[in-house]
Amino acid sequence: MLNTQDMKSYQKNIKESLDNVFLRKAMDNFAVAYRDGRKKTFAEIDFDELAGEIAAFKDSASVRLMALYEEFKRNAEAKGIRVHLAGTAEEANQIIAEIGRANKVKRVIKSKSMTAEETHLNSHLEKNGFEVTETDLGEWIIQLRHEKPSHMVMPAIHLSRNQVAELFTGVTRKQQDNEIEKLVKVARKELRTKFIEADMGISGANFAIAQSGTMGLVTNEGNARLVTTVPPVHVALVGLEKLVPTLEDALKIVRILPRNATGQAITSYVTWITGANPCESAPGKRKVMHIVFLDNGRMKMAADPDFAQVLRCVRCGACANVCPVYRMVGGHAFGHIYIGAIGLILTYFFHGGDDAKNLVQNCINCGACKSVCAAGIDLPRLIKVVFTRIQDNTGHPLQAIMLGKILKNRSLFHKMLRIGRFAQRPVTGGTPYLRHLPMVFFPEHNFRQLPAIAARPFRDLWQEIKPVVHNPVCRIALFSGCVQDFVYPEQLAAAVKLLAGKSIAVEFPMDQGCCGLPAEMMGETAAAREVALQNVKAMHADFDYVISLCASCVSHLKHAYPRILADTNVAQEAKALAAKAMSFSQFLHDVAGMTADDFQGEPTPATYHSPCHLCRGLGVREQPHALIRAAGFDFRPAAEEETCCGFGGTYTGKFPTVSSQILEKKLEDAVSTGAGLLVTECPGCIMQLRGGALMQGRDLAVRHLSEVLAERLK
Amino acid sequence: MATYPYGCQHSTIKPYINLITAGENMTTDIDTARIFTEKARIASATVERVRTMQQALDYAADLCWRNGKKEGLAPPPAMAAPALSPADFAQLKNICDVRGINLFRENLRSNLQGIDVGVTYADLGIAETGSLVINSTSENLRLATMISDIHLAILPVSGLRADDRDIIADLRGYLAGPENYTTFITGPSRTADIERVLAIGVHGPLELHILLLEETQC
Repeated sequence: MLNTQDMKSYQKNIKESLDNVFLRKAMDNFAVAYRDGRKKTFAEIDFDELAGEIAAFKDSASVRLMALYEEFKRNAEAKGIRVHLAGTAEEANQIIAEIGRANKVKRVIKSKSMTAEETHLNSHLEKNGFEVTETDLGEWIIQLRHEKPSHMVMPAIHLSRNQVAELFTGVTRKQQDNEIEKLVKVARKELRTKFIEADMGISGANFAIAQSGTMGLVTNEGNARLVTTVPPVHVALVGLEKLVPTLEDALKIVRILPRNATGQAITSYVTWITGANPCESAPGKRKVMHIVFLDNGRMKMAADPDFAQVLRCVRCGACANVCPVYRMVGGHAFGHIYIGAIGLILTYFFHGGDDAKNLVQNCINCGACKSVCAAGIDLPRLIKVVFTRIQDNTGHPLQAIMLGKILKNRSLFHKMLRIGRFAQRPVTGGTPYLRHLPMVFFPEHNFRQLPAIAARPFRDLWQEIKPVVHNPVCRIALFSGCVQDFVYPEQLAAAVKLLAGKSIAVEFPMDQGCCGLPAEMMGETAAAREVALQNVKAMHADFDYVISLCASCVSHLKHAYPRILADTNVAQEAKALAAKAMSFSQFLHDVAGMTADDFQGEPTPATYHSPCHLCRGLGVREQPHALIRAAGFDFRPAAEEETCCGFGGTYTGKFPTVSSQILEKKLEDAVSTGAGLLVTECPGCIMQLRGGALMQGRDLAVRHLSEVLAERLK
Repeated sequence: MATYPYGCQHSTIKPYINLITAGENMTTDIDTARIFTEKARIASATVERVRTMQQALDYAADLCWRNGKKEGLAPPPAMAAPALSPADFAQLKNICDVRGINLFRENLRSNLQGIDVGVTYADLGIAETGSLVINSTSENLRLATMISDIHLAILPVSGLRADDRDIIADLRGYLAGPENYTTFITGPSRTADIERVLAIGVHGPLELHILLLEETQC
């Protein structure tokens, strides 16, 4: 199994995944195909509404899980099923082994169950003398290879047909060619005999309906139906979170699960099992049926105000499917047992902080998972909370503490940046590039050029360039963020020019500092809170809007500040600031009303990268397109416009190898539009994309929206 | 009253489209059947319309012969029809006897390695996804839908519903029973576990044929 307990081994594992050519190609094809398939299957269904309904009934269930369990038990036992509750993984395994012994079982067949993976059921049963055969094709393949699943729904996605052919040749002692249709038939034939010989079948469940004592299975292959029908004994191992109150709730899961998992409208089979069904081979011709519910940390989660929402998860795996990091490294480097964003969180609860501590840092915070979650779980935030909790328990690393301390003290931070400007001189080599800013704390960044600290930060330029606006139509405050202030002041200057042209009065409050997102990413919540407090005070004057040219800053001001300052005496001010915070493009388009009449220029081709915190964080998608078009460009949308650039703030510092691979894909996608200009709206993205384009010698200019618009102003 | 377009002789017919009284429902019914057919075909099912049960049973025998030959199995080909009504089973038996097909309705457990065709009714059809709803609590019926190379399901058009909300009442009834095994079946058994390439027929039927029967009793 993957060693995630020590960062060095984990990084080595990531490197191996990145070097696996087949895996990279498979994951890449999957990411693109999934996105298109999912879009198609939700064309006629309102995803957000359905996800909202699931979140609502799951939340109402998680506060009374024990009552639902009791209700299920009562109803199922009245219909001849034995229902058990296992507190731990070990206990669940023991109960199941005991059922096997009591029924003189030798051979066990299993259909796919992530819960059984969680408890390491197979190895427990094998140690107790049972022969266990997985019957889901992917699970059987990885069982034969002694591996763990690399995806919750497609466990063998990391393997090629050649590897499977080789494996099956060994199993059947007959040469098998690599035609997939034929390999599937080999499994059909080999496993049919196993079904016939089996004494006990073990399945999971996708839902358990308390009202009728019914368990449900959502499957494609048909193996779960044989597992639950052919042998005389059936045991289902079910996580407590699978309990739902009613049939209507279960149908909602059936509606969303296959669509979100694989882009299928429905799976081949949805099976509803109630009571001990007729079974010719069982004593009394009634199936011996047991359902084992598993707690293993779930009740603790249910009682945790932050993590109760994790129990909404329906295990569709969508959070992995859209994750740019998963796409690069695959499931074996992105989860202990459970994979994807939810896997990072569940690892902490089911397997502990040691297995989770490095995994949770491998989140780039792009929000792609949250936007597709079937139950609206705030996955990126919860990953950060796990990270903070682990650090609170085991001690924060010096690096993070230092970053937190420096960010908290704005004048110290800014002084360091100014000193940095002089310190960088020997390594700039006469160019405006260098490693800098929070990067100064991390090594290994040679995959892209990093910009040097500007000769004069924006705050020093402000008094000189501040425009005088008579009879302003509205008053705004600029929130610069540290990167733009100290590295890209020209982007802010361009914005000031655009705004003044529309008779908008601009202020730049001098007491503002870092928004605090980097501190939160590092798990330094106290520092994040402190800088939030300072910024709320700094931006407190009577402005109509607070505008930032950094999507991450706006998103943090808008969504995080009210939460992290909720219990302070500036809670109201934080809310007011959040309400006024707006992205630059949204303001120009929706409020300032800039149109083609404001610009002139040649229709040169331009493409666009949508910053994660702009499109998913703030829901701003169309305004930048409209402005690029208004400025006269021949706008060429990129297929992966909304895929992360690989920067992720402090992420790029921790996982430079992954970051550089994501960047590579991103640049290829931009270049494939035929445009020589890539426009975006976030200084972090620019740092990554421009530095990468330069390092790779690509003929692609990367610029902030404010700059390209200001140049074309009439 | 109704002009039943297919000239069935018996009085117990429930015509698929009641042309006179249907009003708005007429279009709804036609749409439901069209959507069901389209969606089931997307899921790789074969969907045909038949006017009479006789046609459906003939279709079953044809299918069984074709599969028997394809697989190159020793004759006679095997067919199971565990849950057909005594009358329909007797009719099918006549057809199978003439055509040399081994038809049985019990003890499917002795054929777990596989049979050519399993013939069942379907209780309901969900148009939105092209799914069949089959209450298969009877073990022989259940096995017929699992171990057959080809599953042939006969769905009276009166069982068609627009979406899953329209089957809640029926499903609730099934689940209230002392024991029940109900399945939504959509297309044949499938997998994409090797390189995400869709392959049909892993553990369940390799083909699913749905016959939309325009009479319910005739």
